[in-house]
Amino acid sequence: MTRDPALTARLLVLLAGGGVAAWLIVLNFGALGAVAWRAEGLTALRGADWAAVRFTLIQALWSAALSVLLAIPIARALARRRFIGRGALIMLMGAPFILPTLVAVLGLLAVFGRAGLVNQGLEGLGFGRLNIFGLQGVVLAHVFYNLPLATRILLQGWATIPAERFRLGATLGFGPRENFRQLEWPMLRELVPGAFLVIFLICLTSFSVALTMGGGPRATTVELAIYQAFRFDFDMGRAAMLALVQFGLCACAGLLAWRVSLPSGLGSGMDRPVQRFDTGTLSLRLWDGALIVAGALFLLVPLALVALRGLPHVAGLPPEVWQAAGRSLLVALGATGVTLAMTLALAHAVIAVGPGRGAMLEWLGLAALAASPLVIGTGLYLLIRPFGNPRDFALVVTMLVNAGMALPFALRLILPGLREVVVSQGRLADSLGLHGWVRLRIVTLPRLRRSLGFAAGLTAALSMGDLGVIMLFAEREGATLPMQLYRLMTAYRLDDAAGTALVLLGSSLALFWLFDAWGRRFADA
Amino acid sequence: MTRPLYVTIAAMTLAGAAQADTLTVLAPDYFGSSWGPGPAIKEGFEAQCDCTVEFRTGDVLPRLMLDGARLEGDVIIGLGTDELLRARDTGLFTDHQQDLTCLSLPVEWADDIFIPFNWSHVAFVYDTTRLETPPGSFAELVERDDISLIWQDPRSSGAGLALLLWVDQLYGDDAQAIWENLAAKTVTVTAGWSEAYGMFTNGEADMVLSYTTSPAYHIMAEDDDTKAAAIFEEGHYFIAEAAGVLAGAAQPDLARDFMAYILSDEFQQMIATANWSYPSALPRDEWPEVFRDLPLPETAIFLSEDEADARRSPALAHWLEGMTR
Repeated sequence: MTRDPALTARLLVLLAGGGVAAWLIVLNFGALGAVAWRAEGLTALRGADWAAVRFTLIQALWSAALSVLLAIPIARALARRRFIGRGALIMLMGAPFILPTLVAVLGLLAVFGRAGLVNQGLEGLGFGRLNIFGLQGVVLAHVFYNLPLATRILLQGWATIPAERFRLGATLGFGPRENFRQLEWPMLRELVPGAFLVIFLICLTSFSVALTMGGGPRATTVELAIYQAFRFDFDMGRAAMLALVQFGLCACAGLLAWRVSLPSGLGSGMDRPVQRFDTGTLSLRLWDGALIVAGALFLLVPLALVALRGLPHVAGLPPEVWQAAGRSLLVALGATGVTLAMTLALAHAVIAVGPGRGAMLEWLGLAALAASPLVIGTGLYLLIRPFGNPRDFALVVTMLVNAGMALPFALRLILPGLREVVVSQGRLADSLGLHGWVRLRIVTLPRLRRSLGFAAGLTAALSMGDLGVIMLFAEREGATLPMQLYRLMTAYRLDDAAGTALVLLGSSLALFWLFDAWGRRFADA
Repeated sequence: MTRPLYVTIAAMTLAGAAQADTLTVLAPDYFGSSWGPGPAIKEGFEAQCDCTVEFRTGDVLPRLMLDGARLEGDVIIGLGTDELLRARDTGLFTDHQQDLTCLSLPVEWADDIFIPFNWSHVAFVYDTTRLETPPGSFAELVERDDISLIWQDPRSSGAGLALLLWVDQLYGDDAQAIWENLAAKTVTVTAGWSEAYGMFTNGEADMVLSYTTSPAYHIMAEDDDTKAAAIFEEGHYFIAEAAGVLAGAAQPDLARDFMAYILSDEFQQMIATANWSYPSALPRDEWPEVFRDLPLPETAIFLSEDEADARRSPALAHWLEGMTR
């Protein structure tokens, strides 16, 4: 047994990181392999499948590009402005991302749909109706869903620009334009490819939203084709083949984003609060104000309509809805703990094994984004079957799968911060002989607090609204909140369903806010 | 005559064992909620079987296919007519051994394996305050250009598949042109029923693909008589949900008793309002009043499993061609 604490710590990191990597391999490739094995081989794709691949790529490219392009000016405006309620606004603007898709779509349609606010306004003014359904609808829904994520990722980026740089810029007479070129652009150059990739991958596996907003089978995505292969054609081989294609797309996108992304080289500062000197002219203020208002309206009005629709029915909800809320809360908290532990282990391992192999691990962490939930659910079911009744593990599996699904986001949020800590504090910590748990507690975690809080909030909220694999596994433990929502709708109880949607929205937001506020307590967005 | 003690004990033990018997029923998720049909069925059967009914809810057909012979349970309830062939082909079921002459369906049903417990037709449901003159036939629906529709994708929804086969039966090889026509009035196609119905009630379309029995819920539970199903003179596609006994049942006798219970008056009286559909073995004049008063299509269109299986792929090809043209 070695007595060198540095070596012990390194071994522990590799062990834990290896464990997480093994779980991700099982989750992503083991499940797919199990489906392919059960199908006794892969089936060739048909013409319609390739049409689905084409549509999936087109809508995902548009959605990711627009989300990121719109997020840049909004995040920039939010980063350089201080106003009352800014924190709450940033928190609320994150909400669409954590909504269950069904709720998000109904909220969006209440604004942009045939009977929505926009069309009522247009008709009132004597204009024709706007048709939202089609590629434009798919992209609109995906931007609504992902703009919050992109904005938050970029806001974090702005927060990593050391205060000293802005101070230095101010002494050199930098205006907004010079600040952008010298300070903000390098940061964007580092973060935008990653943000684009994550959103691209999220949109790649879209299914119900794409079909509903796309107006029909022209908007068939790969995930819907997988669903069709499972449920209509009963052809697991084709499902596995389609899932492989989905992975292939993910790998190409990942490779591309990795090639484009450049380290910002901004270095580190003394962790002072950022003070901006380029908030200048009235026209710039008005411009930023207009951007923030427009972004907030786009993201918040649909949510407000969901809330208004549900509010009168919350008090009369059946007790089972509240029980389900409690159960979902447990799953969400469990998934959050598992995700943070897994992410920290993986992130440390990525840094420990060096750039080349680290990139492989990082890619593995992202791969779950491109995995088909349907394939994962079915595959895990087949994998667990030889060892017992999969349904006895429903909540645990749900928790682990949710953690695997949230890990890509958490990793993206935590890894840059951890690299920063290693670069800026690593040598000092080494020379002080800080290793292992002590180093994690004293040096690393306090510095990661902001991204940890955000990652935890995101994971908790995402798990809360996830329907995911539980429908196949659930049997005895009872329903989660999203399941109750669907049960109520299936039973025509649309008012109760609206109330439940509000409970879901409220509890997801509350969880998100709690963790995020914890993370930001000593930091400024 | 006094019985030896051990006989008494044995008899008591047997009685005790019988009391502890559990009938395991696999069912779709909606059976699990207090507002679904599950609780009433459990209470009703437990009152007469001297046993405990345990529902295991979740996706039924995928579990049948993934678990195969390892599936634990006695009875499966809630399989849609579009799923029966697949379920039958697993070979996991055994005869229900019930006399089906009591069935009151609008179609022939002679099946040793599956017993239907409720039924309805698919239909386009509309809001009487928004659509004053609903089409009286499918042909009229096709001709009208003032109606917007929302319906479900046949690849992911049972109702959507029923619509696919409905159009296929009415129009055969001309179906592609019909789909092209319908595509022009279609607001959107959703993956499941919930999305479509939710969008319809929010005013996104004039009509939504649902069931002839859907208005009953609004009338009885919400006191709202503005929802109605448009009845088409060509007839409507029939759908039902069925139950079957698993060959590997641990409680085969209880399972068959449960099958008999499904056909009993008590169950049949209850199922209409528990599941918002017509009872399968109850004459129309004994239905709840609201159901009796619903307009009933004159013709029920229904394909046998094998016919439906043979038609679904060519029909889907017409659909895809027509809808994406």
